[in-house]
Amino acid sequence: MTNHYIDLKNSDCILIMGSNAAEHHPIAFKWILRAKEKGAKIIHVDPRYTRTSARCDYHVPLRSGTDIAFLGGMINYIVNNDKWFKDYVLNYTNASFIVGPDFTFQDGLFSGYDAQKRKYNKDTWVLEKDSKGIPKRDMSLNDPRCVFQMMKTHYSRYTLDKVSSITGVSKENLLKVYEEYSATGVKDKAGTECYALGWTHHTTGSQIIRTMSMIQLLLGNMGICGGGVNALRGEPNVQGSTDHAILYNILPGYLKMPPASLDTLDKYLEKNTPVSKDPQSANYYQNYPKFFVSFLKSMFHDKATAENGFGYSWMPKLDDGVHYSLMHLFDKMYEGKIKGLFAVGTDPAVSSPNTNKVRKALEKLDWMVGENIFNNETYSFWKGPGVDPKQVKTEVFLLPASASMEKEGSQSNSGRWVQWKYKAAEAPGDGIPVGEITIKIMAAVRALYAKEGGVHPDPILNLKWDYTDIKGRYDALKVSKQINGYFLKDTVIEDKAAGTKTEFKKGQLVPTFGMLQVDGATASGNWVMAGSFTATGENRMAKRGKDDPTGLGLYPNWSYAWPVNRRIIYNRASCDIYGKPYNPKRKLLEWVGDKWVGDVPDGPWPPQADKEKGKYPFIMKADGLGALFGPGMVEGPFPEHYEPLEGPLAKNPLSGQLINPAIEIFKSDLDKVANADAKFPYVCTTYSCTEHWCSGALTRWQAWLLEMQPELYVEIGDLLARDLGIRNGAKVRVSSIRGAVECVAMVTKRFKPFQIEGKTVHQVGLPFNYGWLFPKDGSDSTNFLTPTVGDANTFCPEYKAFMVNVQKI
Amino acid sequence: MEKELIKLIDTTKCTACRGCQVACKQWNEMPGLKTKQWGSYQNPPDLQWNTWTLIRFQEYVSDKGAFKWLFRKDGCMHCTDAACVKVCPSGALHHTEFGTVGLNSSRCIGCKECVSACPFDIPRYNRETDKIYKCDLCYNRLRGDESPSCVKSCPTGALTIGRKDAMTKKAYARAKELGGDANVYGDKFVGGTHVLYVLDEKAKVYDNLPRDPSVPFSIIVWKDMLKPLALLAAGGVLAGSFLHYILHGPKLPDEPGPNEPGKEEKGGE
Repeated sequence: MTNHYIDLKNSDCILIMGSNAAEHHPIAFKWILRAKEKGAKIIHVDPRYTRTSARCDYHVPLRSGTDIAFLGGMINYIVNNDKWFKDYVLNYTNASFIVGPDFTFQDGLFSGYDAQKRKYNKDTWVLEKDSKGIPKRDMSLNDPRCVFQMMKTHYSRYTLDKVSSITGVSKENLLKVYEEYSATGVKDKAGTECYALGWTHHTTGSQIIRTMSMIQLLLGNMGICGGGVNALRGEPNVQGSTDHAILYNILPGYLKMPPASLDTLDKYLEKNTPVSKDPQSANYYQNYPKFFVSFLKSMFHDKATAENGFGYSWMPKLDDGVHYSLMHLFDKMYEGKIKGLFAVGTDPAVSSPNTNKVRKALEKLDWMVGENIFNNETYSFWKGPGVDPKQVKTEVFLLPASASMEKEGSQSNSGRWVQWKYKAAEAPGDGIPVGEITIKIMAAVRALYAKEGGVHPDPILNLKWDYTDIKGRYDALKVSKQINGYFLKDTVIEDKAAGTKTEFKKGQLVPTFGMLQVDGATASGNWVMAGSFTATGENRMAKRGKDDPTGLGLYPNWSYAWPVNRRIIYNRASCDIYGKPYNPKRKLLEWVGDKWVGDVPDGPWPPQADKEKGKYPFIMKADGLGALFGPGMVEGPFPEHYEPLEGPLAKNPLSGQLINPAIEIFKSDLDKVANADAKFPYVCTTYSCTEHWCSGALTRWQAWLLEMQPELYVEIGDLLARDLGIRNGAKVRVSSIRGAVECVAMVTKRFKPFQIEGKTVHQVGLPFNYGWLFPKDGSDSTNFLTPTVGDANTFCPEYKAFMVNVQKI
Repeated sequence: MEKELIKLIDTTKCTACRGCQVACKQWNEMPGLKTKQWGSYQNPPDLQWNTWTLIRFQEYVSDKGAFKWLFRKDGCMHCTDAACVKVCPSGALHHTEFGTVGLNSSRCIGCKECVSACPFDIPRYNRETDKIYKCDLCYNRLRGDESPSCVKSCPTGALTIGRKDAMTKKAYARAKELGGDANVYGDKFVGGTHVLYVLDEKAKVYDNLPRDPSVPFSIIVWKDMLKPLALLAAGGVLAGSFLHYILHGPKLPDEPGPNEPGKEEKGGE
């Protein structure tokens, strides 16, 4: 989240789209209701009427996978009806920048596309610079090549008629949402957006979120109280997994995973350290080398020296152009190229797309190690439905782990608050924390390497690995301090602005990432967490102060929010260029005299009207401004609507390009696709329910929860059910070209048919919380239906839009 | 009554998360039983001996064609003029100092008089224990100055509890604020209930919610008018019971209770 949960109460208009907040974030939803009680409008845009819709002002149904069309139409509306916040857009976005002369967009494709590789060459996606290397700007926004005009032209195609025909949303409803939401494009109003898996689970997921970011920039809703783009991340630890890099493509603190071609530290740092010639751009990522070298020091400590590139060569590298997402992993496993698997706290035999392929892939493993609090369908795949245990060679080990309440440590919530918590109970039986299991396994591995050498032993043997307490057990506090970081030698930190010098002793904790060093004087396992402890060792994550000096619900002394306890990021954009708050009633920050007062500002510099010392507000962007033109994405600088891999249409109504041109197409014999196929006429989407958690591997064993949601069901609109002769509560078979599940029909008025390109299109939906292991009559994984395909940037799988058939049994 | 409490259920703030349904079972140590998906989120389908509170899910289309998904937390209304208390021969059902209707399970003789008397269809009988079950508004928590477990679990503020006067005022203020068909349900009948609803729609719209609940006339005749006569006969009954005890010994349950191993899968009634 750019903001945080409590801040939702400060909003004037909350668009919930791509989220079923009431069902999946029931506690967070409290703050949405607080806003509603104060008069905010709450809008739910979702294919299905859910428990969230029931508590919103109104619900607008849209066909799964058409969010960019819906939001693109909103950009068109905002621009044409002059709803954009001019002061903000001119000063705080790249609207006035000039797009390079060779950049084009034609019939759904941007310049530089290679159809063979399904990949763009981004060389033409550039902004023009003057002779000093500073971006050229046209502050009148009239230049036809300026970002604003290019954007306006791009979205002029997203007319009400066109958008309505693609999304199935009536024109009246489109206008209603557009008018209501864009009314926040003024100084004293704030609009926010809440999304979750309903946006990320698409082949265009990242671009949906980017489209919303553009809307928020146009309306001046970024960096303000009650604004922002807010991912509601849940207990599956999405926030922690990205902050601490459980994903393949990043290192802790969102540092980039090195590819093989960047074979030296210098090459790597040059590639990843952005340069800005604009004196008003803070370009904070110019400090990238400090963060990365400190990370290497945390990995290899004394063994990492300037001479050996701080151990850069010991870091694993990605093959260039190759991805290693969950889907790639199972694809390679299915090919027989992966021999062993650690499945820690996960149940991919239920939760990963294309279950038939996943379960076949598991059979090709030599060994698997599971770490969990319960057995699940993955660890028991060898005795699953249709599997003959005698034919499976895989050796499976299941190690009992303790649950989150049974161990000490930190928890990261969506608002970037990292809260320390203590052990509430002992784990039953032999259960121990996953950290403890890791310590034990690594001790054995290191001993083997020390004894036998083996292939490339250096990374293993040079690793700093002393995270145990005096009894030899995993010590969460020690790990957390390493993540925060230490001074490795006596260091004097000079603050030129304040004219002070402070000396830190070797072994002291680094109190903020601004003090990290590039020469190896500091170690930090995750730079964004530097500051979670004070220099004297106070654990700021354990703070529980209830004071709220701004009255805005920032609670600065409750836990630690990264970065540097900033509660709302980009917060300097809540003030005008002179540092005066746009909305004095919700004063997040103000430039008073020679300093910022309020939330922790995005840097100490004066506001940007001070041409000498002032800086732009978006300090993590090289140009310092919000990006309406965003060349970082793989499928183009302006988000464009493409149909899902499987949809009801044979042609994209907006262009000749049917699907996202940059997605990877998996090609195994089990990766079948049936687009616009009469055999699979219904759009299908999958989701969770309040009563279960993810694959249900933890919650299906809980009798109170199972009593409320005992088995798999498919929600079918009453009109479709009538056509198919399906009664409420009857058993049905739902099938895609990849597989099928049997379940109970829940006939409802909460799914309505859509009118798409002049035709009636029905949508159905199923929860993804069930598996064959338990309960025995609860059916099996919904993911038998889903395709192996994902977002082009993140490879987050498409669980939300594909095609099925529904039949009576 | 100085300590008289009212629990307010504001249906317009309920997200049907069913935290209350689970919290109730947890605090009162009631098991989760085997159910089937029957085409609804509402499960168990009705109140039962192990389910003292239940969120009812109802798809509703108004006369004007507007669709709503209504959620109503069902459970004991804790009447002032409580039919169940009137008919209970053993004193198991009784009024507490909070005005709520308590249930002393050890005194319940399983006669089921309350089941047929209750205008809200709340008490549920368990054949195995030969006792009835219902919400006692977490009497043991109220005694300890804690809110009932359902209220404690509610994330949105749909459930609140407090002094009678204040809560009644709060309910009316909320209904007024909501406008339209919003109304307060509970204070106008059976002497006033100790659970009030703020309903989004008229009471008649909701499934299983009586529009004008009352104590059955037969009970008024028997218990209020003829009770003095019955007291005269009571001495005879006691003497007879004592004689029965001397001759046949105490009455024992026929089957083991529900909390014994292997018994949890059986459904209630």
